[in-house]
Amino acid sequence: MTADFRLPRGGRIDRDRPLRFTFNGRSLTGRQGDTLASALLANGVHQVTTSIKYGRPRGIMAAGVEEPNALVQLAEPVSEPMLTATTVELCDGLVAEGLVGHGRLGDEPDPARYDSKHAHCDVLVIGAGPAGLAAALTAARSGARVVVVDDQSAAGGSLLGRDDYLDDRSSDAWVRDVVAELDATPDVLRLDRTTAFGAYQDGFVLALQRRTDHLGFDAPRHVARHRIWRIRATQTVIATGAHERPIVFDDNDRPGIMLAGAARTYLHRYGVQVGKRVGVFTTNDSAYVAAIELAEAGIDVPVLFDARQDVPQRLRAECAARGIDVYPGHVVTGTEGRDHLTDVHIGPVGGERCDTVGCDTLLVSGGWNPAVHLFSQLGGQLRYAPSLGAYVPAEALSSARVVGSAAGSFELMACIEQGAEAGRAALTAAGFSPGADVTVPVADTRPDEVAAMVLWRVPEGAPKVPLGTEYVPKVPFGTAGDDNSADARFVDLQRDATVSDVLRATGAGLRSLEHVKRYTTIGTAHDQGKTSGMVAAGIVAEALGEDLAERRPTTFRPPYTSVPFAALGGRDRGELYDPVRVTALHDWHVAHGAEFEDVGQWKRARHYPRYDEDMHAAVLRECRAAREGVALMDASTLGKIDVQGPDAPALLDMLYTNMMSTLKVGRIRYGVMCGIDGMVIDDGTVIRLADDRFLLTTTTGNAAMVLDWIEEWLQTEWPHLRVFATSVTEHWVTVPLVGPRSRDVLAALAPDIDVSNDAFGFMTWQDTTVAGIPARVCRISFSGELAYEINVNAWHGLALWEALIEAGEPYGITPYGTETMHVLRAEKGYPIVGQDTDGTVTPQDLGMSWAVSKKKTDFIGKRSFSRPENLRPDRKHLVGLLPADPTVPLPEGGQIIEHDYVPEPPVRALGHVTSSYDSAALGRTFAFALLRSGRERVGEKLYVPVGDDLVAVTVTDTVFYDKEGARRDG
Amino acid sequence: MQLIPCPWCGPREEVEFHYGGQAHVAYPAEPAELSDEEWASFVFFRDNPRGPFAERWSHAAGCRRWFNAVRDTRSYELLAVYRPDQERPVTT
Amino acid sequence: MTADIATRRSPLDGWTSRLAELAPAVRLAERPFVSQLTLRLPDSSRAAAVSTVLGVELPSAPCTFAKGTGPHGPVEVCWLGPDEYLVLAQPGLQRTLESALRAAIGDAHGAVVDVSAQRTTLTLSGPNARDLLAHGCAVDLHPSVSPTGTCVQTLLAQAGIILLVREAEFVVLVRASFATYLAAWLLDAGTEYREQPT
Repeated sequence: MTADFRLPRGGRIDRDRPLRFTFNGRSLTGRQGDTLASALLANGVHQVTTSIKYGRPRGIMAAGVEEPNALVQLAEPVSEPMLTATTVELCDGLVAEGLVGHGRLGDEPDPARYDSKHAHCDVLVIGAGPAGLAAALTAARSGARVVVVDDQSAAGGSLLGRDDYLDDRSSDAWVRDVVAELDATPDVLRLDRTTAFGAYQDGFVLALQRRTDHLGFDAPRHVARHRIWRIRATQTVIATGAHERPIVFDDNDRPGIMLAGAARTYLHRYGVQVGKRVGVFTTNDSAYVAAIELAEAGIDVPVLFDARQDVPQRLRAECAARGIDVYPGHVVTGTEGRDHLTDVHIGPVGGERCDTVGCDTLLVSGGWNPAVHLFSQLGGQLRYAPSLGAYVPAEALSSARVVGSAAGSFELMACIEQGAEAGRAALTAAGFSPGADVTVPVADTRPDEVAAMVLWRVPEGAPKVPLGTEYVPKVPFGTAGDDNSADARFVDLQRDATVSDVLRATGAGLRSLEHVKRYTTIGTAHDQGKTSGMVAAGIVAEALGEDLAERRPTTFRPPYTSVPFAALGGRDRGELYDPVRVTALHDWHVAHGAEFEDVGQWKRARHYPRYDEDMHAAVLRECRAAREGVALMDASTLGKIDVQGPDAPALLDMLYTNMMSTLKVGRIRYGVMCGIDGMVIDDGTVIRLADDRFLLTTTTGNAAMVLDWIEEWLQTEWPHLRVFATSVTEHWVTVPLVGPRSRDVLAALAPDIDVSNDAFGFMTWQDTTVAGIPARVCRISFSGELAYEINVNAWHGLALWEALIEAGEPYGITPYGTETMHVLRAEKGYPIVGQDTDGTVTPQDLGMSWAVSKKKTDFIGKRSFSRPENLRPDRKHLVGLLPADPTVPLPEGGQIIEHDYVPEPPVRALGHVTSSYDSAALGRTFAFALLRSGRERVGEKLYVPVGDDLVAVTVTDTVFYDKEGARRDG
Repeated sequence: MQLIPCPWCGPREEVEFHYGGQAHVAYPAEPAELSDEEWASFVFFRDNPRGPFAERWSHAAGCRRWFNAVRDTRSYELLAVYRPDQERPVTT
Repeated sequence: MTADIATRRSPLDGWTSRLAELAPAVRLAERPFVSQLTLRLPDSSRAAAVSTVLGVELPSAPCTFAKGTGPHGPVEVCWLGPDEYLVLAQPGLQRTLESALRAAIGDAHGAVVDVSAQRTTLTLSGPNARDLLAHGCAVDLHPSVSPTGTCVQTLLAQAGIILLVREAEFVVLVRASFATYLAAWLLDAGTEYREQPT
């Protein structure tokens, strides 16, 4: 079919702006204002794709987000999978193809920008149809802050797809006036192309705004393509409209079978005739209007079949005047046509014969489902309305109101009245006095003449045999299932799920709709069952002989429509994915070729390769410098906490396993912290600055945790303690200066102090100036070497660092990174909390009983040390491992077994390697491990599987280097 | 994104807060006096009711104050917030 | 001996011109080296003495700051908690103020900590300053909710901040280690507001 289906007049499209596009390889032309679906229909393209399971041709069934069939993959102007043709705004140069169920992610990086923005308002209105606009205008006139979101390209909602009059004017004029007033009112934010997809507690609504897609290739690159609006509203008015419901009959899925309201939208909004010869099948009055309007537009509408015996006489007369024959009590029993509808089988309800009518299009209306999704997401209870055959809100929520057809109200004037009333109620609830009333315009609408009939599917016993032909049961094309189950009465077209599938589920004993949904997959596709969910519920209830009003509806969950992950990611990608924390010396490290590692959010210099060194070579060189000459590193990431107050000693005695109150001013002590379960949570140094003031250091990753830990105890358990804790982590730059020549370097830069061992002893600190910068110098060492830790105000960190580099130049001063730091520590047997511990390790397990006070009556963790579990002799202890082959590095995480062969599973693992190193000082590899009864196994030979090999290792204690501690004083 | 009403700063998004478990579980005055079972009960065992539950929260990204909240574990609704030194209020 | 002012570097040293690119929609700049002191003072008996030193009353309402001019020039005191304040003063005053505050507190229960280099300071003004912040800050910054004098501790993007609402500008205090992340984020979020987008 290639004929032009664009009507000569009508539609909200710009006929002077043709848009060229390509669909399934065909070059076609649409108009500015088209959706891809309306442009396809205008070109007579009705088949969009084939179905996922049976490969049946499928076309366009709806005109909005409820579309179950017309899935497309966009190639240009952007690559995007899984869109519905009914929601893609056409742009020049668009290239798309129909999708069979699954989309494909583009293989090029997406160059578009995405962002999010917070908005706060007193009244949020979701949906800018007649009800929503009335609510928004009412709210806006009070001076309240108002946000109005609508998923269409223009406000108006259902009015966009109709030809209505309000106050004797086109409804367009009314919409235009309301929009103009809203846009001119301060503190009103009106967002088109914005779909509210999630409604949550506390007035929180998420909405996706498509900001540039409609601009196609002209979309400015610097503008975020999609924006997630994070809206916080005091009151919400939900005016989200309704979705038309299809009726299930045999072969109800052919291209050309469409919802009646969609045909009205294509006619009025896009100036498109959906077919040349159109039949109508309905259970309610609304499709009559569609039939009449299509006929008035010059389209041949020969027949309307109404399942009701009692049909609306006035509408029937209007139909008759336009040549439409109305058949009361008739249903569609089947259809013909391969790529497109050609014939419709019809017959009287309960009759035995049927007739066939040639049609290229069949409009179907089984009634309307209020779009209660957001209301349900908020926890609002739903009620089955038998007159509608649909769920409607069953209760009022304190902060959300549902109006218009979303509340089951389908008359235009009533919708507008409800909207205005909801606007007033929302204002009152939000503490505002309503301003000038919104005048409700007079609409030419009338109540339904005859109540709608609820018909989920054309009943069994309907006519089976077309006149003059022998009836052959139709099976789906393609890969049909077994004979008993195959049918073509589709409930969920996207999932290719049929009435038989539903009946098989109920036949298998499933009663809950949630279970049937999972069994049949109905309602789980991209459209989340917008056209199929209610029908499935109805068929299940029928099959079970139950009343829908007694059954629980399924729960609606966000998102209402699909949301691209890129939009959800927003700005949090690439370099902004996770904050990168850097020290004041970071630029220097970068300029000097450092390789970095991530430690939590921090970037830490891992090593500083020279020329073509690999990490191994660089680390050996850096270690050698620290052991033989002088080296320095950036340790500014260590957490630092200032603790002040007269009860600070008492607090620290509770926090650390060892005694801190006895520490003298001017001295430093290493300390271990445990949880109440007795497991090590952190370690660091404690510096006593004054009787009532300490500075604690924490591991890099635990700085925030330790401060929180301190505050937790201070605020919740011991509020009587007069202590304050303040983070000063970034206030200081911390530079360990390490190695036998460190004293020479410091002496050159700190003329005011005596750096000799006698005057500046181990584990003491002094305030002085280094390179002219006020500094606190601590004599602490995690390498076993003579070392100083220099702390200065971070603003002066770079000046200090550069002065140290310059002063150390004669001694070959070498910057080293975290990798070397780990080796130096490990050679001396200092475990790393978080690397060698995992929350199940006590100080005793680490061999650090020396750091656990025997004198203190209590401290956090103490009581747990005497729990039987913690006294077991077969606990895992930290030990050293020396591979028999000194060149083999053990893999961290490697398991330790007893035998020199791998026995049949289950293999008993005695423990695992926690950290592994290659040591320049030792000339060999070594490792730490947590090993069952480890300290009793020192000297034993065990095995670590590495790939297909078993590496023999000898268990040792943890100190590998300078066991006597002879080097620390230089 | 739920709002949690910090007693000091007012309602803020839940991401600003850290959860601190059940409230009103005091650190034992004399841990050494407790049996292993009593101590294990303090360390490892907490209530897990369906319905109102008094729990501790910290406004970690805000004023860093700890406070208590009674939260309905069925609806997540916060029925009351109060400072650590205050009695648990009566909630309905 | 004092350190050489010429050699000190702020966390956003080198970002000045990039930050300026968002003008005129957003005038964004680092104000480095602000003197900052954490003050803890649960004991209200010394509040008057402290106020005299600072030239401003301590703010009593949560989520506000107070400003005034005293012996050490213009000072802002931010409420950070029921007994916790952050004192902001002109550059170079941190040591002087630390001593003066300690003297004012005397033997009462309280604490003073120099945290000048812990955070750096950004100011944002211009017609789109509030928009820019709204991309990453969940706190409602509408003047009816957050008037001049507001001081909130919250998140901007994924960084913790202290946000002050001054008469004609916003002040964002951010931990030094997060400063380049936040600056990059602000420039990215501000792209749409640039006259010449990059």
